[in-house]
Amino acid sequence: MPEPSAGHATTGATIELDALTKVYPGSSAPAVDNVSMEIKAGEIVIFVGPSGCGKSTTLKMINRLIEPTGGRIRIGGEDVTDMDPVKLRRKVGYAIQSAGLFPHMTVAQNIALVPKMTGWPKARIKARVEELLDLVGLDPGEFHGRYPRQLSGGQQQRVGVARALSADPPVLLMDEPFGAVDPITRDHLQDELIRLQHELHKTIVFVTHDFDEAIKIGDRIAVLREHSHIAQFDTPEAILTNPADDFVSGFVGAGAALKRLNLTRVRDVEITDYPTVTLDDPLQEIFNRLRGSGTNEILLLDKRGRPYKWLRRGDLMRARGSLARAGTLVSDTVTRDATLRDALEAVLTDNAGRVAVTGRRGEYEGVVDMETLINSVHELLEADRLDALEHQHELQELRSAQTHAEQEGAEGGSKA
Amino acid sequence: MNFWEYLSNRHQQLLTDAYQHASAVFQCMVAATVIGVLIGIVAYRTEWGASLATTATSTILTIPSLAMIGLLIPIVGLGVPPTVIALTLYGLLPIVRNSIVGLRGVDPSLVDAATGIGMSRLMRLVRVELPLAWPPILTGIRVSTQMLMGIAAIAAYASGPGLGNEIFRGIGSLGSKNALNQVLAGTLGIIILALLFDAAYVLIGRLTISRGIRA
Repeated sequence: MPEPSAGHATTGATIELDALTKVYPGSSAPAVDNVSMEIKAGEIVIFVGPSGCGKSTTLKMINRLIEPTGGRIRIGGEDVTDMDPVKLRRKVGYAIQSAGLFPHMTVAQNIALVPKMTGWPKARIKARVEELLDLVGLDPGEFHGRYPRQLSGGQQQRVGVARALSADPPVLLMDEPFGAVDPITRDHLQDELIRLQHELHKTIVFVTHDFDEAIKIGDRIAVLREHSHIAQFDTPEAILTNPADDFVSGFVGAGAALKRLNLTRVRDVEITDYPTVTLDDPLQEIFNRLRGSGTNEILLLDKRGRPYKWLRRGDLMRARGSLARAGTLVSDTVTRDATLRDALEAVLTDNAGRVAVTGRRGEYEGVVDMETLINSVHELLEADRLDALEHQHELQELRSAQTHAEQEGAEGGSKA
Repeated sequence: MNFWEYLSNRHQQLLTDAYQHASAVFQCMVAATVIGVLIGIVAYRTEWGASLATTATSTILTIPSLAMIGLLIPIVGLGVPPTVIALTLYGLLPIVRNSIVGLRGVDPSLVDAATGIGMSRLMRLVRVELPLAWPPILTGIRVSTQMLMGIAAIAAYASGPGLGNEIFRGIGSLGSKNALNQVLAGTLGIIILALLFDAAYVLIGRLTISRGIRA
């Protein structure tokens, strides 16, 4: 079921893998063994697992770069297992590590390849190239005629994503696309991908071995072990809080609770109101408020309503009534979009254990303190745990249903 | 008669010979390029195919050119046919080898990307693999051409066209007053032609190798 569309762009299609298997000739153990999963339209699913677990092979079977030896693939309900692979691949975007741009073609030529192959008219291709460059954050005028070697790694990767999106495919396959860029650029590219997905609602299957990358961008994560067996297929929250087994928890790594903080934003937790005064208020008023407030402290805002100073009771006396000298300057603020991890960081560095939350223009909105954070995290973890248990139960039921069906099929003597 | 007088007396004949020499080499190069690249395309995917193609073409190269033309005369007769066949065969090795090396040198992830975005096999070859393998192939063509310039001179032995006739005439009449002039004119003519062809290849390289992969 497609999500509400953004403009005229094609939105995602479902992907169903049904008992997908790959056995390479000459090897007895299958590289991918009987993988079944259902990927909803418009979601980002991450395949994560140790190298050699078959996650890449599984991905490449979706666009049949590797032909499966068993099982079916359905995209948007249509069985594509026996379709002409060339036609199939033009409907499925494909982005790979280090972008895979053709070095002898310009940026524009690289992006225009697929629309050209599908026979779009020239004017439409030209407009599409500009549109895509703009979409991935590259200035069309500047980058249009450049060759890949004249771009940085991050820029190349953006062009790679633009090329994958060029014919507006409902499905996008990404094979460790950000594996070869430096950590800072990778972080940017991940943010960009999340932003893009908010606009486009494609169905994205993304392979990585970096679990942090997986929890950052995935709607759901499939943790794969050898032969591409699904160890757990769930939301990042559930996997962090309730890993299905030792293999998954080993993969999640240490600090799962800390990683969990990355997934929740300040807007999702309770922001407490704090007594405030502004620079324009008369001194007497400020004294009264300080005395009248239950807290020991009051937040002084500047003329535009932005947090300026923390004032304690004694501060004004000591500074002999001069606001300019009294109190401590606000060193750090967070926005509602900041992750709880950022908020925790700010709270920990602040010597009084609280941080001011600001709006888009830096105006004061509230305060988050240590106690709120701890309580919220406890609640979050508890809720996740319940969710995960439920999902696990569903997975088990699905599995037992499958085994049951297989056994019946085997008894009947014929199996698809 | 000194060399310059000889040149001005015989320039008509020399120019004709030079033209025929160049034309023979050019046509044989076109044939060798087409055949060589085709062999390379057929052979590069498999290990045994590649070694078979390289070994076969280098075996041809070890046959002395005089012997090769001598062997061809009873089969195809005198004149142009043995020349063209011999030159084309000799020109193959550098082209076949460089085609194989060039096509194999294409980054496998690019081939993967080309397939992944929905290129058919032929399209992948024409749009991605051959353009990327083109610089080494062009180098092979250059080497072949220079080799053929020299070998083409032997063609005169089979009454073929070209500057070889000058050289053979000179050698045949050693001791006569023009013998040295003839040999010299033929040899220098071949060297000049080789340099002109080389210059042409530099220009072709400029025009046909994408700016994105030019060294």
